Amino acid sequence: MDFRFSEAEKRFRAEVEEFILQEIPPGYADKDLYWPGGYGAIGEFEVRDPAVEKIRKKMGERGWLTMAWPREYGGGGRSFVEQAIFFERLSYYDAPGMDVSTLISGPTILRFGSEELKKEWIPRIVRGDLKFWLAYSEPNAGSDLAAIQARATIDGDDLIVNGQKIWSSGAHVSDCGWMVARTDMAAPPYKGTTLFIVDNKSPGITIRPIVNIDGFHSFNEVFFDNVRVPKKNVVGDMNMGFYYLMVALDFERLVISMGGFRHRYEDLLNYARNTRRNGRLLSEDARVRARLSQLAIEIEIAYLLYYKTAWMMDNNLFPNIEASEIKLITTLLSRKLADAGMEIMGQQAQLWPGSPHAPLRGRFAVGYLDSISAVIGAGTSEIQRNILAQRGLGLKRR
Amino acid sequence: MDLGLNEEQEMLKKSAREFLSKECPKKLVRELDESDSGLSRELWKKMAELGWIGLPFPEKYGGNGGTLLDLIVLLDEMGYNIVPGPFFSTVVLAGFTLLQAGSEEQKQTYLTKICSGDMIMTFAITELDGTYLPESIETMAEAKGEQYILKGTKLFVPDANIADFLLVAARTGKSTNPADAISIFLVDAKSAGVKVTLLKTLGRDKLCEVVFENVKIPSKNLVGKLNGGWPVIRSILRKATVAKCAEMVGGAQASLDMAVSYAKERVQFGRPIGSFQAIQHYCANMVTDVDGSRFITYKAAWTESEGLPADMEVSMAKAWTSEAYKRVAVLAHQIFGAIGFTMDHDMHLYFRRAKAGELAYGDADFHREIVAAQLGL
Repeated sequence: MDFRFSEAEKRFRAEVEEFILQEIPPGYADKDLYWPGGYGAIGEFEVRDPAVEKIRKKMGERGWLTMAWPREYGGGGRSFVEQAIFFERLSYYDAPGMDVSTLISGPTILRFGSEELKKEWIPRIVRGDLKFWLAYSEPNAGSDLAAIQARATIDGDDLIVNGQKIWSSGAHVSDCGWMVARTDMAAPPYKGTTLFIVDNKSPGITIRPIVNIDGFHSFNEVFFDNVRVPKKNVVGDMNMGFYYLMVALDFERLVISMGGFRHRYEDLLNYARNTRRNGRLLSEDARVRARLSQLAIEIEIAYLLYYKTAWMMDNNLFPNIEASEIKLITTLLSRKLADAGMEIMGQQAQLWPGSPHAPLRGRFAVGYLDSISAVIGAGTSEIQRNILAQRGLGLKRR
Repeated sequence: MDLGLNEEQEMLKKSAREFLSKECPKKLVRELDESDSGLSRELWKKMAELGWIGLPFPEKYGGNGGTLLDLIVLLDEMGYNIVPGPFFSTVVLAGFTLLQAGSEEQKQTYLTKICSGDMIMTFAITELDGTYLPESIETMAEAKGEQYILKGTKLFVPDANIADFLLVAARTGKSTNPADAISIFLVDAKSAGVKVTLLKTLGRDKLCEVVFENVKIPSKNLVGKLNGGWPVIRSILRKATVAKCAEMVGGAQASLDMAVSYAKERVQFGRPIGSFQAIQHYCANMVTDVDGSRFITYKAAWTESEGLPADMEVSMAKAWTSEAYKRVAVLAHQIFGAIGFTMDHDMHLYFRRAKAGELAYGDADFHREIVAAQLGL
C-alpha cells in the first residue's frame, strides 16, 4: 500500500493547479455558487459562457477533457487516478471542465459506436467543441428508467421522435441531446430501447425552462414533436440502448466534485476559527468542534473511496460496490455539510448572496436548498442502496 | 498510489481466514469467553508456530520482520473470526513497547520469549477513571536504592490474569505537566504485592484490576528513560488504537456477512427477507459502513506503519469505526430478529465486542476532539 501520490501524479497535480490559477478568468470563481453534490447551482447548466468555452478548449488542446481515453482516439492515455486528481483540483477551484459529451457520450461511442459515428463526433468531443445534455428522465420514468415512453420510429434514413424528457440539465445551453427512446414497443424495455444523438436545432424540439429551488434555470422539459434524427446518429445497434446506458454508468463513476467538498469545508473551518460569538471563538465551542471533526472524517472517507475507485479501475478491478458507496456517501455528505454550516453560522447563514452580511457569500444558503437534490439526482440514495444490495451483495430482487 | 494489499498480505489474509475457521471455531470462542483465563495454550502455540506472534518484530528477536500494516491485515481477520486470548496485549501493547523503548538486553530477554510464544505480557496503563490521559496516571514508583517501590491501582488491564509480566505506567516524580514524570516498568506478575482480579465485563474480554501494594521492582526493569514514558505510551496507544480498529473492521465484516447470508435464507411472507427493500437498504448501509471503516483504518495503519505523523489519521479511524461497527452490529441484529437475541446464536459475540472495542483506547467523542485539535480548532 502507498497512499501518497507518485512523483508523476504530483507533477500532474501541480500542472493542473497552475493551469487553473492561470486560466480561470478573474472573478469567475468568486461568483460561482456551485454546491458539491447538488444540481441546482451549476453555472454550466445555466448559461453558455464564452470564457468557460475558452477554458474547455484549452483543456481539450492538452487532451485533458478525455485524458483517460486511449491515445489513438485523441485521449490523453492517462490513468483514472490522474483523472480523479484532475476533477478534484477542478472542483476545488470551482473551475469548469468535463461534461456529458466527454464523460458519457464519448466513451460510449468509442466502445459501441460505428467507425462513421466515431469519425463524426469524437474529434469534436476531444476538442471540447460540443456540449451534450442527458435525455433520459421522463415525467413517468425517474427511478424506473425502463418506463420511458418517448418513441422513435424508422422512416427511411431517419428516426422520427415523439415524446417528452424532463429534468434536462442545461438542455437550453447545449448542442445535442444524448437520448434514449423506445423503438420496439412490443419488446420489453430492456430489449426495445435505442440510444442516439439528437441535434438541438432539429425542427420540432421545444425546450421549456424549469426553475429550480434556488431560483435558477438549470432544468428543462423538452418536447419532441415528429423530430427527424438521421439513423446514422444511432449509437451502436438498434434496441440495445438500455444495455449501453448501463455500461455507461461505469464511465460516470468518478464524476464527483471531491474538491468542492474540501473547499466548502475549509471555508467553514476558517469561519469557525475566526468568528466570535458570545465573547468566544466558535471553534472553542465543543459542539462546533465535534461537528467539524465528524465532517472532516466523513470527507476523508469519501476521498479514500474516490481514489480507491479510480485505482481499482486502473487495475482492472470492478468497483461496482465502491461506486455506489461513494455516490451514497458523498450525496449524504452534501446535505450534512450544508446543514452543519447553516447551524454553525446561525442567523446570518440564511442571508442570500448579495447581502453584505451574508457569511461566505451566502453559498451555504444556496447550498442548503441545493443539497436536497444531491440524494435524488443520478439515481436516488434508495436506488444506490438497491444496487449495493442486489449487485454488490447478491440479494434477490423478488 | 497503491491502494491494494501486496501479495504476501493477501496470502496472510487468506491463510488466516482458513486457519482460524478451523482452529478457532465458535465453540472454542464461547468456551474461552466463558472461562476465566480466555486462553487456549494449544491455539497460542500454533499461532506462535505460524509466526503470528512475532509477525511485526525483527528476526533477531525471533520475529518475522513484518510491518505494522502486515499485523493489521492479521488483526482484521482475527476480528472477523473472533480470537479470544492475549494476542493483542502481548503483541501490540507489550511487544511494540519493548521494541520501541526497551534496552537491547530487555529485547533479547523478553521480546524473544514473546515471539516464541513462551511469554504472555500486557501493559497496565489506565486507572480508575478509565481515560487515556497522562493526568489519570496516579500509580507511584518510588526509587529506593537499587529498586523501585510500586504503589497504586490499575483498571481495565487486559489479560493481566494470565500475564507472566506486566508493563506498568507509573509516576516517578512531581511535575507541572502531568506527562513529564511518567515511566514504564517491567513487573513480574509473580512479585509479592501484585494482586490481580478479573473483572466481569459486557465484552467478556478479560479486563482486570491490578493492585500494586509496595511491589519491589529491580531498577534494571525500567523500560526506556526515567520520566520519559509518556511519549512511548502515546505512540503505543496510537498503534493499539489503529490495531483495535482493524479487529473491529473484521468484526463488522463478519456481522455483515452473517446477516446477508441469513437474509438470503430466511423466508417470511413466502419470500426470502433479503428480497425486501427494507432489509436490502440495511445491508447497503452496513456494507458502506464496513468499507468506509476499512479504508480509513488502513490509511491510518499505513501512515503509522510508514512512521509518518498519524495522530489525525488514527483518531479519524477510531472515531468512525467505533460508531460504524455498532451501527453494523445493531442492523445485523435487526435482520436476525429474535434468534440473534439468544446466547446460542453467534451474533452477540460480535455485538459485545463492538461495544468493548468502542470503549478501548478512547471512544468516538474522545477521538473527535483529537481530530478537532489536529485541524487547528
